[in-house]
Amino acid sequence: MKITRKQFLELSGLSLIAAAAGKLLPGTVRSATEEGARTIRWGMAIDLQKCRQKEGCSGCIRACHTTHNVPQFADKAHEVKWIWKQPFEDVFPFTQTAYAQAISAGQPVMVLCNHCESPPCTDVCPVDATWKRDDGVVTVDWHRCIGCRYCMAACPYGARSFNWQDPRPAIPAVNGDFPTRTKGVVEKCNFCEERLAKGLAPACVAACEEKALVFGDLEQPDSEVRRLLRSRFAVQRKPELGTHPSVYYLL
Amino acid sequence: MNDRPLIVGGLLLFVVFVTSPIWHGVATRKLALAPLEIKLPSQEKNCVAPASYMRTSHMQLLEQWRSDVVRRQQRQYTAYDGKVYEKNLTQTCLSQCHASHADFCDKCHRYAGVAALNCWNCHSDAPLPARNAP
Repeated sequence: MKITRKQFLELSGLSLIAAAAGKLLPGTVRSATEEGARTIRWGMAIDLQKCRQKEGCSGCIRACHTTHNVPQFADKAHEVKWIWKQPFEDVFPFTQTAYAQAISAGQPVMVLCNHCESPPCTDVCPVDATWKRDDGVVTVDWHRCIGCRYCMAACPYGARSFNWQDPRPAIPAVNGDFPTRTKGVVEKCNFCEERLAKGLAPACVAACEEKALVFGDLEQPDSEVRRLLRSRFAVQRKPELGTHPSVYYLL
Repeated sequence: MNDRPLIVGGLLLFVVFVTSPIWHGVATRKLALAPLEIKLPSQEKNCVAPASYMRTSHMQLLEQWRSDVVRRQQRQYTAYDGKVYEKNLTQTCLSQCHASHADFCDKCHRYAGVAALNCWNCHSDAPLPARNAP
């Protein structure tokens, strides 16, 4: 078939218009692939006022550490922790004023892995043993971890612990339903991904009688977490770093 | 060329010498190892895959299960007979059938002279009580 110069120009012009129209109406082209794939981003809000109601309470720590076989080493240098208490001024150094210190100074704040939206720890792993899942949970593959501890250096929150020695002897009662770790791997809070898979809330959230820990989907505008974050003043840890933590604190 | 008988004879002697352990084994009938006696589960007839496949490729299956659970959040395994299992070493393999890894995994590995990863450093090696929902 022979094509004239005029016909060629006409065809080129029509193609350009068609391509531009496709770009202008993204809904019609992409809707088929994107619909139905609802995104989840798990997050947590910690109500510090409720958390302080019962002094010395550590129900969430106990629940987490027994569920996940977290070893209890007496030596602080070997300590392994998934969720723990830290003094307020260490967690939120920016909130300190000379006059307000009295109410918050020394008050324990529950801290755990923030499951950041941009986690610096996963970027530095040389063996792809830690990564952020599609639902926002930052997870570790203990089979693959080589124990280089780059991730521990990268985490600005100190949320990761290293097993300097065999953790088994330091576990008071092994929960057979969850693996222990071995010497030479890094571990941290996994947002109870094994419970999420069964549709259960994390162990710490379920154990908190004061309901100070609220867990939910940050992508769902009507979830309890989002409702709380809308109605209360909430802060994240070290927001200036741009890691976008999924754990929020209601002051 | 008068050396031919010497050469052929020497070669024959060499072959006989090299293969002598085999002839010795045949003569004394010590070649056959005692068959491995493994306690099979009493309540289940079928494994998650045919026994022949499990015998040769259980390591690939276990590795696949591991990657599926840890990396892809796929925890259900549909077996060749349509039965659905949870991809869980302790909960499925150990608790439902092979009660003791020492009597099953270790025994066969020792028999076959095959070294394996030590799963039991981390995974619980004690059978767990049955769980309803997979």
